[in-house]
Amino acid sequence: MYLELRFHGRGGEGAVTAATILARAAVLEGKYAQAIPNFSAERRGAPVEVYSRISDKPIEKHSQVRNPDAIVVLDYELIKMVNVLSGLKPNGIAIVNSPVNEPLDNVKTYCVDATKIAKSHNLVISGWPTVNTAILGAVSKALGIVSIDSISNAIAEQFSSPNIAKANAAAALDAYKMTSLCGDSY
Amino acid sequence: MALETVKKAIPLSTNHAIANAVKDLDVDVISAYPITPQTTVVEKISEFIAKGELDAEYIHVESEHSALSAAISASLTGARAFTATASQGFALMHEMLHIASGLRAPLVMSVAMRSLSAPISIWNDQSDLFNARDSGWIILFAHTAQEAYDTIIQAYKIAEDQNVLLPVMVGYDGYVMSHTIEPVITESREKVIKFAPKKQYPYKLDPDKPVSIGAITPPEYYYEFKYQQVNAVNNSLPTIEKVDEEFGKTFGRSYGLMECYMCEDAEALIMTNASYASTLKAFLPDIRKEGIKVGLLRVRLYRPFPLQKFIEYTSDKKTVLVIDRAISYGAPFQGPLANEISGAIVREGLKLNLISVVAGIGQRTVEYEDFLALARLAYEGKKHKETIFYGVRE
Repeated sequence: MYLELRFHGRGGEGAVTAATILARAAVLEGKYAQAIPNFSAERRGAPVEVYSRISDKPIEKHSQVRNPDAIVVLDYELIKMVNVLSGLKPNGIAIVNSPVNEPLDNVKTYCVDATKIAKSHNLVISGWPTVNTAILGAVSKALGIVSIDSISNAIAEQFSSPNIAKANAAAALDAYKMTSLCGDSY
Repeated sequence: MALETVKKAIPLSTNHAIANAVKDLDVDVISAYPITPQTTVVEKISEFIAKGELDAEYIHVESEHSALSAAISASLTGARAFTATASQGFALMHEMLHIASGLRAPLVMSVAMRSLSAPISIWNDQSDLFNARDSGWIILFAHTAQEAYDTIIQAYKIAEDQNVLLPVMVGYDGYVMSHTIEPVITESREKVIKFAPKKQYPYKLDPDKPVSIGAITPPEYYYEFKYQQVNAVNNSLPTIEKVDEEFGKTFGRSYGLMECYMCEDAEALIMTNASYASTLKAFLPDIRKEGIKVGLLRVRLYRPFPLQKFIEYTSDKKTVLVIDRAISYGAPFQGPLANEISGAIVREGLKLNLISVVAGIGQRTVEYEDFLALARLAYEGKKHKETIFYGVRE
């Protein structure tokens, strides 16, 4: 098993933390993982990419991911600004925080309204719903590689405040339950 | 790593792995200028101190020049001292690099290797470190976050060895490694300190016994001081090798001075370091499937250069292709490492074809197809007089 992922988010939205928690969860299961921020001249709110690798063998490769097996979109508006499907492998999948439940062009797409879920758990910072933990529930469901329990344990390790960890883990679990293939086309 | 051991690993970026090593080594003084191009190494260390996990003096200074000055001074009082840097900050330290080695300050510095301005680039190459190669420091490169953690621990044992007493820098690729999070096994402070106990600096600054050090030295003596440094750097090699072996016995991980990977049946070698070495390791099995018999020669210890290892690993090879991620403008070969390898070939009378390649400048990404093309070039073994600036648009 060897998987490469690309997260699409906005600067300050927590995509790096999402990839870090995913890596932590994979490591908790005895797998190998990387989380790789792609740095540019950072601005809050600007589109950013973060990569991740998960494998059952040690990962030697240190470079950006060009041909991901899956893309994860934290902010639905980004699909109008960025070609989120760029380089996606032929059988690759998309996991999208989507308010509209529609698949992306010709791609097997999983949808979840992570924004709504984040709000329902009061995961809002400075007016921004923080969807980075909810989306991991969707990633767990869609990939079937890293269990929701491991995501939950990794969230507990990531946040020093137990209450914050609890709310984030609950959001991830809700998202896990609500994630499904988008629309009717599949 | 076996499955049981990876479970004990925690996900850390190389920066945070290094901060953890500093904590586990119970370093006494950390000095840093905490603004970009500084890294999250010192940010994490300040967190450890704030949480009481490390009892150390943390000095916020006003520039990188002062950061290294403070670390040198602390080191000379007998404290275990550390600083971290990258890019322009490293360049600003340059004067103090020579003072650290000249004063034989056994401090350790991590370098998230990055490009230099102008024009401004925040991205990775190795221009900063290769600019400092002749500053009299011991220089090691790490190719994984784990190796960076382990090498910082080794670095203090090397630096503080009474037969060495030299500053050590540990280089790793900025961004590509510095911010990539991967599993790292950290060790207990007890075990780390037992492996690398703090040594009394033999000539330490002491207010009760005041001395001047590094005072003006006339032509009658200066040369001898520098020659002592020549010997000190050269003579550190067996200690560096021994420390790595002991580290292996204690912690179950060792790296050698230079690594030859998929080497035995290779006809040509690609010589590189840090993240290019780890990435090439991942690509080599597929490159071999194309019938291209190349291996990887990974530079781990750079100063002193382990020439005997180089001779040993290349003895039955036809070609070595050296990838430099820094430029020596106007030099015969314009990659600094390639220039040195050409010196080694002449010195030893080796029948080895050298191909000099510059790549990855300013983090221009080198992918599988690029490594495949370079492997083909090495395997063909043709003579290339000029340095190849791979992937540049002319």
